[in-house]
Amino acid sequence: MIREPLIFVLSEKGKRACLLPVLDVDEKKSVTQGITVRKNIKGFPQVSEVEVVRHFTRLSTTNYCVDEGFYPLGSCTMKYNPKINEKVAGFEGFLVAHPLAPEEMNQGNLEVLKLTEDLLCEITGMDKFSLQPSAGAQGELVGMMMIRACLESRGEQRKVVLIPDSAHGTNPSSAHLCGYKVREIKSNSRGTVDLQDLAAGMSEDVAAFMVTNPNTLGVFESDIKEITRIVHSEGGFVYMDGANMNALIGTSRPGDMDVDVIHLNLHKTFSTPHGGGGPGSGPVGVKEVLAPFLPKPHIEKRGERYYFDYDRPQSIGQVKSFYGNFLVVVRALSYILSLGPEGLKEISEIAVLNANYIRKSLEDIYHLKYNSPTLHECVFSDLFLKDFGVSNLDVAKRLIDYNVHPPTMSFPLIVHGALMVEPTETESKRDLDLFIDAMKKIAIEAEKNPELLKSAPHLTYVRRLNETTAARNPILKWTPESKGKE
Amino acid sequence: MYPEEYRYSKDHEWIKVEGDLGTIGITDFAQKQMGDVVYVEMPDIGTELGHHQTIGVIESVKAVSDIYSPTAGEVVEVNEDLNKSPELVNEDPHGKGWIIKIKIKKSSEVEKMMSYSDYEKFLSGLDE
Amino acid sequence: MSYISLSDKDQKDMLAKIGVLSIDELFQCIPENIRLDRNLKVPNAHTELELIKRFLLLSEKNTYNGYLSFLGAGAYKHFIPAAVDYLSIRGEFVSPYTPYQPEVSQGTLQSIFEFQTMICQLTGMDVGNASLYDGASGAAEAVLMANRLMRKNKVLVAKSIHPQYRNVIETYTQNLDIHIEEIGYMDTGQVDLDGLKDLLDDQTFAVIIQSPNFFGIIEPFEEIAERSRKNKTLSIFLVAEAVSMGILEAPGKLGADIVTGETQSFGMPLSFGGPYLGFMACSKEFIRQFPGRIVGQTQDLDGNTGYVLTLSTREQHIRREKATSNICTNQALCALRATIFLELMGEEGFMDMARQNMQKAAYAFEQLSSLQGVKPRFSGRIFNEFVLGFERPWLEIDLMLREKKICGGFPLKKDFPELKNCVLFNVTEMHTKEDIDRLTTALKEALGTQQGGKQ
Repeated sequence: MIREPLIFVLSEKGKRACLLPVLDVDEKKSVTQGITVRKNIKGFPQVSEVEVVRHFTRLSTTNYCVDEGFYPLGSCTMKYNPKINEKVAGFEGFLVAHPLAPEEMNQGNLEVLKLTEDLLCEITGMDKFSLQPSAGAQGELVGMMMIRACLESRGEQRKVVLIPDSAHGTNPSSAHLCGYKVREIKSNSRGTVDLQDLAAGMSEDVAAFMVTNPNTLGVFESDIKEITRIVHSEGGFVYMDGANMNALIGTSRPGDMDVDVIHLNLHKTFSTPHGGGGPGSGPVGVKEVLAPFLPKPHIEKRGERYYFDYDRPQSIGQVKSFYGNFLVVVRALSYILSLGPEGLKEISEIAVLNANYIRKSLEDIYHLKYNSPTLHECVFSDLFLKDFGVSNLDVAKRLIDYNVHPPTMSFPLIVHGALMVEPTETESKRDLDLFIDAMKKIAIEAEKNPELLKSAPHLTYVRRLNETTAARNPILKWTPESKGKE
Repeated sequence: MYPEEYRYSKDHEWIKVEGDLGTIGITDFAQKQMGDVVYVEMPDIGTELGHHQTIGVIESVKAVSDIYSPTAGEVVEVNEDLNKSPELVNEDPHGKGWIIKIKIKKSSEVEKMMSYSDYEKFLSGLDE
Repeated sequence: MSYISLSDKDQKDMLAKIGVLSIDELFQCIPENIRLDRNLKVPNAHTELELIKRFLLLSEKNTYNGYLSFLGAGAYKHFIPAAVDYLSIRGEFVSPYTPYQPEVSQGTLQSIFEFQTMICQLTGMDVGNASLYDGASGAAEAVLMANRLMRKNKVLVAKSIHPQYRNVIETYTQNLDIHIEEIGYMDTGQVDLDGLKDLLDDQTFAVIIQSPNFFGIIEPFEEIAERSRKNKTLSIFLVAEAVSMGILEAPGKLGADIVTGETQSFGMPLSFGGPYLGFMACSKEFIRQFPGRIVGQTQDLDGNTGYVLTLSTREQHIRREKATSNICTNQALCALRATIFLELMGEEGFMDMARQNMQKAAYAFEQLSSLQGVKPRFSGRIFNEFVLGFERPWLEIDLMLREKKICGGFPLKKDFPELKNCVLFNVTEMHTKEDIDRLTTALKEALGTQQGGKQ
């Protein structure tokens, strides 16, 4: 196999890709007088356009992606990214728009934002939305800040946020960033929030309870109304992490569950591409009581004209320059419009059907810690593999040889050696069956030939990589001195 | 396996006492639980530690664990070798993989810790 | 439209396998009273053709495209080589998740490693991360990082940083024990060094300075860093216009401890403000407090070089509330665009771009400053932006320019009330001499007309 080197290794003086037109004003030396100018950028590449194009084309072939096949990463909702969304997001009028141009020159963009906000309100049953947060974690931060600002406006200085032990790591991290102490709430034998533990943990010192519904096991918190009642009765707020909204869309609305604030991930539920780790978008929706605290600016409409409202004295402020990841929002709007009411409902229906089909097909072989009904995902454990000296990591790596992306691993923390599978609604039965067959074969291999799993993957561009060395002696950039070694 | 002259804590730290000097590390059981150690964060020399206060942090590729001081005291030395070779914690947890040395404040706290045989019993009682 | 791949028969077979009669049965775990008993009130499904029509209409309601514009102020129009778009829309880059499985993500990981390397080369720092959301959140993350490192509670923020970055710093720190104080600017447009001296005290953990600053002025950063260091305070170098790094000395060489900012200029279209690309770089000694994803080099079982996400114990999925940041999804695809952009431009091309920006802006500055009724507001050296003060109300002038299809600069009054009728202009390699001359002529006419009209 040809190994693609780092671009720096191909670099040589005199090679060029792009040229700018010759400078058309008289060059003046005085322009840089009195300031320190750099003579070069040591190590910076100098390569031809062909080299760059081949470099990235070759590199791209070493990536596995949704366009290539099944990608059942739990809680990540790796659904197909419709191509029409890419096309409309590439329209000139959107791409060239300057964020600080006078509002009357950007009316189309403002309409896109307002329309998306309104549709998200209807889909979630919330009263107001802000599209400013760049990703889910920033949405969480905004949500928690609004709760804090609202409590403080009432003269309340609460200090604690309650979070279930099954929650995603961003939840405690965001709460901490908002100045709160985090206390964990246990899961019960069904894998859902332990109401007694919650009731015992609730007090006048608790600002909020953060809940993911369905939770990270794929189990719906069927006591959600009781949960919101318990929290509200002590004057706290309920924050819902909407990462798993794909299980609910068109079927059930967080607003009707009495949650006070929710964030969505447009790059999960609303099909915008993950891009190898972003850009995403994490809109945050609130009930009326929290609306005055939304980030500013907020879009409003007066007559036929859209405008940004900056006059929001109780707002938590701004979390991102300008107005959010606009082009991601354009894609999500296109997605919502393309599906319509029936198509949106079909998302949750088929996502849940696919996940249950996988669960049913594998639950006799792979261990399920909880037997509660699950919606859009299910979490297997590697317990039965222990006797063969094989772990969830080995199963995951072996799946790669079957040309399937591994599920989310080792999360949630409450399941030993978790393998969290979320197929999404877009997958064909054939792809689901390929995955199921691969998992079954791997279970047999684990028993008969565990080494095969432990040394997997075997058919990839690189084999299993040594993450320990990477962390012990971090090499985080190329240097000219390392040129010979490449 | 576990040196007889050391005392042990439920958080899987050990302490070796020589006069009022205590050497502290994590046990073989703890290093196995962590997996390959990649980094050990240690306190500054001169830091006053309370009983059960965080000494530092020990990291593997995908896990982090706090290290607690089994007894109160002042930090007099840290194991600089761990900066370059954190794997010492895996290779020789009860010897070269020591983490800090402290000047012990209350020897009564150390006496309350487990003996090697109690610790081994404690370990066998842990369900995996 | 629909993106479902199951036939009716598939659905029946699958329901049979699960052992239920209908999909509805699978939702029995959701109590009746919180199930939606109606269809969502959203527009009916659009076909591709209908979507194209609707979005074309929306995009064409934006009229900015037809104007000759000199707006910058944190969002810059630069040349984007054709191959940037061509390569970055490949499904292999667009449709994977964060590279948690390195064996099938080498393309993404290696390109991030190249991005980190070039960020280090540009900034002169030891280590760079995989990206942050944008320059504004980068500024906030840098303040939080410095705060964790120094364990003091006061940060000095130059008044001349991008006002939106400042807003975001304020938002991020509002619930933490961090106190912000402002350093003013002088008539040169540079930070008030005497003021800095007075404000630096034993509680100050960091000073944050943008250069070129929001007014386009190059700051005397070396001196600021020196004074900070003497006070045991970290200096944070903020970049809003990353092209400047192609000509100005690397911040690391000037003594910066942390460099952060916005790299939208590296291949990101204006896109009404997002997605853009935040970056951060720092000295090696601070790496344990560094926020965001980092890619490192390692080897596989056969000894081949490969790349992995590393030092993950800093991050939220492991350290939870003790993480160095809550960031998870970042701006990977934007970082890929920047990587391709920089590799296509190369050392010479990129430095030429920076030089052209500086020369053209200087030309425009000179031409416009010579007009009657116009005064340069600051005397310091500029990169590709400058502030002009107008004797007449800008609003009137602006409207006359717009009639000529020119979108002038960015008025500063809203963010800096003391800078009434002061306007920030941006000139890049995209402006030709003719464009600049057209602005000069139009301004001259506008100013002349106005004066004539009032006399």
